[in-house]
Amino acid sequence: MEAFLHQVLSGLATGGIYASLALALVMIYQSTNHINFAQGEMAMFSTYLAWDMINHGMPYWWAFVCAVAISFVAGIVIERVIIRPVENAPVLSVVVVFIALLVIFNSVAGWIYTYTIKTFPSPFPQQPLFGNRFISSHELGAIGVTLAVLVVLYMFFRFTTLGLAMRAAAQNQVSSRLVGIRVGWMLALGWGLAASVGAIAGMLVAPIIYLEPNMMSGVLLYAFAAALVGGIDNPFGAVLGGFAVGVLENLVGAYVIGTELKLTVALVLIIGVLLVKPTGLFGKVFVTRV
Amino acid sequence: MNDAAKTAPVISIPRYAGLSMRAWKAIGIVALAAGAVTLPFLISNYRVFQFNMVLVYTIVLLGLNMLTGYNGQISLGHGAFYAIGAYAAAILMDRFGWPYWATLPVAGVVCFVSGFLFGLPALRLRGHYLALATFALTVAMPQILKYKHIEHWTGGVQGIVIIKPDPPFGLKITPDQWLYLFTLAILAVMLLAAWNLLRGRVGRAMVAIRDHPIAAEAMGVNSALIKTLTFGVSALYTGVAGALGAIVVQFVAPDSFTAVLSINFLVGIVIGGIASISGALYGALFIQFIPNFADQISKAAPWAIYGVFLLTFVYLMPTGVAGFIRMLVGKLVRRRVPA
Repeated sequence: MEAFLHQVLSGLATGGIYASLALALVMIYQSTNHINFAQGEMAMFSTYLAWDMINHGMPYWWAFVCAVAISFVAGIVIERVIIRPVENAPVLSVVVVFIALLVIFNSVAGWIYTYTIKTFPSPFPQQPLFGNRFISSHELGAIGVTLAVLVVLYMFFRFTTLGLAMRAAAQNQVSSRLVGIRVGWMLALGWGLAASVGAIAGMLVAPIIYLEPNMMSGVLLYAFAAALVGGIDNPFGAVLGGFAVGVLENLVGAYVIGTELKLTVALVLIIGVLLVKPTGLFGKVFVTRV
Repeated sequence: MNDAAKTAPVISIPRYAGLSMRAWKAIGIVALAAGAVTLPFLISNYRVFQFNMVLVYTIVLLGLNMLTGYNGQISLGHGAFYAIGAYAAAILMDRFGWPYWATLPVAGVVCFVSGFLFGLPALRLRGHYLALATFALTVAMPQILKYKHIEHWTGGVQGIVIIKPDPPFGLKITPDQWLYLFTLAILAVMLLAAWNLLRGRVGRAMVAIRDHPIAAEAMGVNSALIKTLTFGVSALYTGVAGALGAIVVQFVAPDSFTAVLSINFLVGIVIGGIASISGALYGALFIQFIPNFADQISKAAPWAIYGVFLLTFVYLMPTGVAGFIRMLVGKLVRRRVPA
């Protein structure tokens, strides 16, 4: 029983990481209807920036805030400069642009910071909280931060005019323009927000999986899965999906098949969920008009 | 995905420099075929190997383009079918002593069946969801190939080494040249088959499903059957290419078939030109040579250069190289021949 509890809790901890990146994916999807394949690499790059600042003697939380701010601006710039020209291109061209961004970020990070694995500091205390043996305080802190980000985003989208404008721009571009919303900037803002959320995810995951240019490839896949299982248009679904995927991955690895085919089984289960509910557990079902 | 209208058949303009467009096209194809046949005798063995891989990738991209370009089902998982084809050939040759040419039909059939079976659940998934499901397949593939209970077949992590076949009938050419010509012949057959399939009833049904699934069904197209069959045929092409690729490289191992391979295939069809048969060749040239080229430009960050190439191609040729060439030809013809 204790081992089981341990598996569940550590699954929740990794799930928190998937959840935060899934949240970033959902953000971009909600404002642009694209899935950003480069999200993980953007997060990785932000984390390197934070690492650089900390190494130059900046206190952790200052570096954290700076990295989030820089990512926000960088996200906007990327949308304006790189994504804008292909706005009306076929979906597959946009996918290739995302792939291009992915390899560029990955390669440039490796070029500047080398491929050696680096440790990233955690802002949370070394000792586990409340004397428990199951979950480290960093993991607990990561879950807390993810939930906090979720709440902040919810409030932003629900209670501010800007949030309302962004939701409107995503839902109906033409009508939004008619009421005076600058749709292009709303999309850019969505990119900025997603880059910030990604940066937070990167800085939370780095102390656990260590910092290196390829750190996000595995995480990103699970984040995709989490976002899709939860429903790509629902932030809460994405977070729940993230936790579910984390726990599932651990339990399947520990009890069903062993770590060898862990990835395979987890993915098969995810596809199984999608077959039963093709738009995810909490996704909206779209009715097509003929 | 609605660029079908833009890439529709060329408007036939009667004559250009005394010959009809169709005649020019035929001349172009004959010249290309002649060039492709003489090519291996003009370049070094290593280059022959590289161009051989271009032919192999062309077959893959043909298959993927049927599924993604013509039928509108995005697949990020064709690396998995490529791996299945490669392993089928390698196992038959290494464990059962089959001749290399006999493994191709088996690889094709195995992949057709697996593609068809995978196409069944894929019927329920659309767009991003299908992309994820197929991507899961390709990510899981190396793990499955390493699985210890099938190790006596697959050779586990080590993979299987295949012996390069010698040219038959005592031909005085190198094995590389022979394999190149062999692959070229297979490609020609599969190209012809694809062209026939796509311009016929089935091809029209595929495009109709992509452009408007509901209208297609209303016209009596059996959407489920066509979609799963397309998946199967697409996998068949990829599987045959995988078998050829394994014979050319003389080696299969789980880690040669990572997700990067599948992503490269998708990049190939987009860069070459969605829903275009000639696009497969351009795309194959891109995925074979541009990474090497990027590596020569910058040893430090070759993939960054590769990414810049990708961006440049997508910006300058939004409909792929095939679409770009079509546009150029169209402009040229219109300017010289006043309507």
